[in-house]
Amino acid sequence: MSEDVIVAQGLTKRYGPATVVNGISFSVGKGEIFGLLGPNGAGKTTTILMLLGLSEISAGQARVLGHDPVRDPLTVKRRVGYLPDAVGFYDNLSAAENLRFTGRLMDLEHSDREQRIAAALERVGLQHVAEKRVATFSRGMRQRLGLAEILMKKSDIAILDEPTSGLDPQATIELLEIIRNLKQEGVTVLLSSHLLDRVQSICDRVALFHDGHIALMGTVEELGRQILGAGFAVVADAKGDGIAAKLHAIPDVLSVEEVKPGRYRLLADRDVLADVAATVASSGGRLTHLSIDAPSLESIYANYFQRKAQDGEGRHAA
Amino acid sequence: MRREGSPWLGTKVIIYKELCDHMSSARMRVLEILVVLTALASLYAAIQQIKNVTAEDPFLFLRLFTTSQDPMPSFVSFLGFLVPLMAIGLGFDAVNSEYNRRTMSRILAQPIYRDALLFGKFIAGLLTLSISLLALWLLVIGLGLLMLGVPPGGEEIARSLLFFVVTIFYAGVWLALAMLCSIIFRSAATAALVTLGLWLFTTVIWPALAPAIAQAFLPPDDPATVVIGAQMLARLSPSTLFGEIVLALLNPATRTLGPIYLSQLQGAVMGAPLPLSESMLIAWPQIVGLIASTILIFVIGYVVFQRQEVRA
Repeated sequence: MSEDVIVAQGLTKRYGPATVVNGISFSVGKGEIFGLLGPNGAGKTTTILMLLGLSEISAGQARVLGHDPVRDPLTVKRRVGYLPDAVGFYDNLSAAENLRFTGRLMDLEHSDREQRIAAALERVGLQHVAEKRVATFSRGMRQRLGLAEILMKKSDIAILDEPTSGLDPQATIELLEIIRNLKQEGVTVLLSSHLLDRVQSICDRVALFHDGHIALMGTVEELGRQILGAGFAVVADAKGDGIAAKLHAIPDVLSVEEVKPGRYRLLADRDVLADVAATVASSGGRLTHLSIDAPSLESIYANYFQRKAQDGEGRHAA
Repeated sequence: MRREGSPWLGTKVIIYKELCDHMSSARMRVLEILVVLTALASLYAAIQQIKNVTAEDPFLFLRLFTTSQDPMPSFVSFLGFLVPLMAIGLGFDAVNSEYNRRTMSRILAQPIYRDALLFGKFIAGLLTLSISLLALWLLVIGLGLLMLGVPPGGEEIARSLLFFVVTIFYAGVWLALAMLCSIIFRSAATAALVTLGLWLFTTVIWPALAPAIAQAFLPPDDPATVVIGAQMLARLSPSTLFGEIVLALLNPATRTLGPIYLSQLQGAVMGAPLPLSESMLIAWPQIVGLIASTILIFVIGYVVFQRQEVRA
């Protein structure tokens, strides 16, 4: 990435004796979609609040667009849009009035403000309810109105906290589409989520949080290779003699496992679907099913912590 | 470490929005109707009373505020009772409602400091109260003109205007207290109950309790010390301070707010009114006390709010 717009170094947050975020370091490049993933209470939101200067930093340092959020929060907040977890609006005001209020807080000129509000509401598909009171809005519409606020701000960075939680699948897809569009405009996106598979499709890189630490960081493929041992998992239902050995002979196949009679699971460094099909066919076997599992964050995460837990037990036993 | 930028940035926007909210809220309308109706009732009773006893009084107009006729209490005692209610009504959910509506983090993510939010809310509340009180004051003066048919003198207007200003500060104490509770308690209902409880305690119970405490802890052989001690304790309540200021300002014959020694009465003309500046001098400590407690309570709220986590 060309330049880092968010840099965190040894970021730590303590509440009394409890350490919620423990010395995490990461950086986000310009135009990247970076995901902070992990279970609830892992420290994602606290990290975000520290980056925005909304929560004090106990130790370590943060730089957002080259500014220190502790000393210069106004500059940071002027250029960063934030969509909080389960965002709220003033129910007695209309969608446009809510945006108008925050627009005034951003110190936008009247004509510019009205233009931006109209454009932003149209982008998120809320233009027809602009004058309706927010009290009547669904969860998905509120999330979209929150995104409209970020669009209105024309911010360089959009920080989204759990943008898809509590949304139905259709609303999730629409929201992710808007986030993708943000990236196309050169906006850097930092988003947090506990729904791993939903967001893996749009994140360039992810950091997996666990207990205040970053357990894993990198692209989804990298993490898959690192944790699952291979980038690709192929499942094949085949009948024939000695299929397992023949499949194992395919170049770049790391392991073959017979999950149940007639079903094989292969781990490979590359896409070996064609080779599997050819091998089964040439050995006179019958292939009834063939599919490839892209590495899923869910399995990476589960695998990683399973291994961690086992290591822990082993150590205790020793 | 110094932070960059002005803490006042955005205050005007917040004030404007809060003012709009207050003015259009049903709560405010109910409070206004309550205040106006009770004020009219007590005023009407006072005017009847004044008409019956057409004594030669140089401060006839001020009697409008202070005269009571059973069973109606006087206009000022009504205000002393209703102004805190109004202030608490405006302040008890000022901050916690932002958390409950989940708008707090969204607003604070805009380029403003928390200071602006708190200042804006307090100033907007005080402005709302001032506007209502000003309307009420004009109503009283107007009705007095119509029904008494006597124009008020310059000093009467000055005294009643000062009374109006003091009432705003009195409202400020309760507004600051209500906002403090709204910062401390996340539930608006709890905040309202606690503030109302504190109000009842300081207004009704504390003045009755103060003499008892003074008697219990001060040497009984010196009754003057006990009386003065009891008064000092009672003055911890803003309601007592307000009552004393009103007494000094609206009753020009008031010569002191404490006990009088016989030596001080030598050569005094009983019942002769004091000039305004002298009356101000008598009430000055109480006025300062009222302003100081407003500031003190607001600062406590400010500190608590600054240290609070944004997350609901």
